[in-house]
Amino acid sequence: MLRILHQIFRTGVVTEPLPEQVEAEVIMVGKRLEEAIRKRFSRSLVIREVDAGSCNGCELEIIAMNNPIYNCERFGISFTASPRFADMLLVTGPVSHNMEIALKRTYDATPDPKLVVAVGDCGINGGIFGESYASRGGVGSVIPVDAVIPGCPPAPADLLAGILAVVTAGNQ
Amino acid sequence: MNNLSEQIAARFGADALRETGHFPDTVPLLSIPRDGFEDAAILMKKAGARLAAQWGVDETTMGRGFAVIACYAWESDYLLVRCETPRDDPTFPSLTKKYIPAFRFERQIESLMGLVPTGHVHSDHRPWIKFEDWPADAWPLRKLFDPAQKMPRVKGEYRWARARGEGVYEIPVGPVHAGIIEPGHFRFQAMGEDILNLEERLGYTHKGIEKRFEALSWKDGVRLAGRVSGDSTVAHALCYCRALEALCRFEPPPRALWLRAVLLERERIANHLGDIGAVANDAAFAFLLYQFSRLKETLLRLNRRLFGHRYLMDRVVPGGVAVDLAPEGTEAILAELDWLADEFERLITIYDLNPSLEDRVRTTGILSADLARDLGTVGFVARASGQPLDCRVQTPFPPYDRFPPSMTVLNSCDVHARVWIRVCEIRDSIRLIREFLATLPHGEISAELPSPSSCASGFAVVEGWRGEIVYWLQAGGEGGVNRCMIRDPSSVNWLGLEQAVLGNIVPDFPLCNKSFNQSYSGHDL
Repeated sequence: MLRILHQIFRTGVVTEPLPEQVEAEVIMVGKRLEEAIRKRFSRSLVIREVDAGSCNGCELEIIAMNNPIYNCERFGISFTASPRFADMLLVTGPVSHNMEIALKRTYDATPDPKLVVAVGDCGINGGIFGESYASRGGVGSVIPVDAVIPGCPPAPADLLAGILAVVTAGNQ
Repeated sequence: MNNLSEQIAARFGADALRETGHFPDTVPLLSIPRDGFEDAAILMKKAGARLAAQWGVDETTMGRGFAVIACYAWESDYLLVRCETPRDDPTFPSLTKKYIPAFRFERQIESLMGLVPTGHVHSDHRPWIKFEDWPADAWPLRKLFDPAQKMPRVKGEYRWARARGEGVYEIPVGPVHAGIIEPGHFRFQAMGEDILNLEERLGYTHKGIEKRFEALSWKDGVRLAGRVSGDSTVAHALCYCRALEALCRFEPPPRALWLRAVLLERERIANHLGDIGAVANDAAFAFLLYQFSRLKETLLRLNRRLFGHRYLMDRVVPGGVAVDLAPEGTEAILAELDWLADEFERLITIYDLNPSLEDRVRTTGILSADLARDLGTVGFVARASGQPLDCRVQTPFPPYDRFPPSMTVLNSCDVHARVWIRVCEIRDSIRLIREFLATLPHGEISAELPSPSSCASGFAVVEGWRGEIVYWLQAGGEGGVNRCMIRDPSSVNWLGLEQAVLGNIVPDFPLCNKSFNQSYSGHDL
């Protein structure tokens, strides 16, 4: 127990000391995100992540968004296990033929109003997997998409910026 | 010739024909008559070899029929045994009686290539990866199949294994899982808290990768290989490149080989760090998750700064690597490793001395050594269950031949063993990277690859962080891609998870699953 406490105290808060340029970006984006989420989502934006056939690269970065360095919860973003509680679906992958029905069902199970964000190059247009017998070639060809976040995979800071863009879009 | 091929040659004599266009020479490809296919398996089983992979090939555009290839491995020897099967009778003798993992390989061959295994003991002809709503005659790996067509959905039902009796109930999980993970379906039969049976159903992330390769050039193929399983992008790209380089009989410049090894070990450290934390988190010890993800993030950032990509995608290319390492970069990596080694040991002491964590990870999810061997598991899953398998040690390519990794094998076969193998491997990878950097050769980082000759084939194995990855590439009549076969470690290790959870309680499933952490995308292709 002493070791754990010692490690906690010597680690300190790692969320703060980021390299300057990333820090500036994350804090700036984060501040605006927090504001938008406070106003439009009663302080909490709840996301259901759906892997619709990705290579799992995008999942790594979405998980990294939750690590103590990016710590997306401080801006009011949390991930839920159930689409019933979600405000937003974060969908990755080119949408495989075998995931198409599951994705549609998840979409239908998410209460209105809802936002859908397609993540990664293959979420946008199928990426390197293209469109084929096994791939629908992007999230937009299966369910309505409100915004996209390009990248292969998009870095955590890009994900935060992308989410900010979509939650503030209706304001302008 | 190697030990395995000599045995086949002794048994089949002139009937075993060595294919001349197959490389490297150390891994022979022997064609034998179709009715001897199972006899060869019996022979290999007696020799103690494991069935590493089995796949179908459509050679109809090369003036032949179909073929089935079985890849056997024993210590440092690999052998490919091939039998032809004609267009009008596309069947082949099943190997399932001798090798358990063959039933998965064969279901996949039947589903995607339309070649039917005969004499199957389980009579399990349920499709695999192909779902029940695909048309029965949709065999995407056949040349006649048009990959651009949109597949219609038909009516069909998947037959699950069932358990009946008072108090027995069923838990369906997935494909959309609770966490931020890949999709797959698990069907549990349980009684009280105890798991009676687990049946996995995978294939949800099938993107038609193997077929897609056939539409790409050899050069572009590496980008696709790097996206077979995003967390193993270096290992997959490297294995693809090594198979292609074997096919073209080409060896990249030494500096490229050394840099590739540095990237491969960095990928290993990053994934192991993440997984140790995640296992602890599934035992409700979130402290370690956050601590380990802090270390992992630091590594990823240095990757981005030095190599231009957090996960090192597209850095390994045919002929070498895409990015060089400056002397300042070497310094940065060494400094980071010093820091990492210190931080890591502090955390491991905490892991090791925590009784409540120990209570969860010890004796949980045991995959016995016999099962680990019979199921053909590889990588850290196999090493945690007493199987001494590591391609970096058994079939090393430079620089691993000069700096052999130290292989850790444990016998407790539980969640803890699978964690502890990774602990040892992180320490060893830190040592290896230091040695690679200290001896980094000067010179070019890549060279132009010669064009593949027609109908040639190339084979390679690479020990990624999950274990042995197998690639087999075949050039067509005009030198383009005729077939790219991929066997991710997940294809065999998923079988291990089904067995390891039996008799455990349902709440321990996430813990067991995380300790395996197999790839869905790498399996489904």
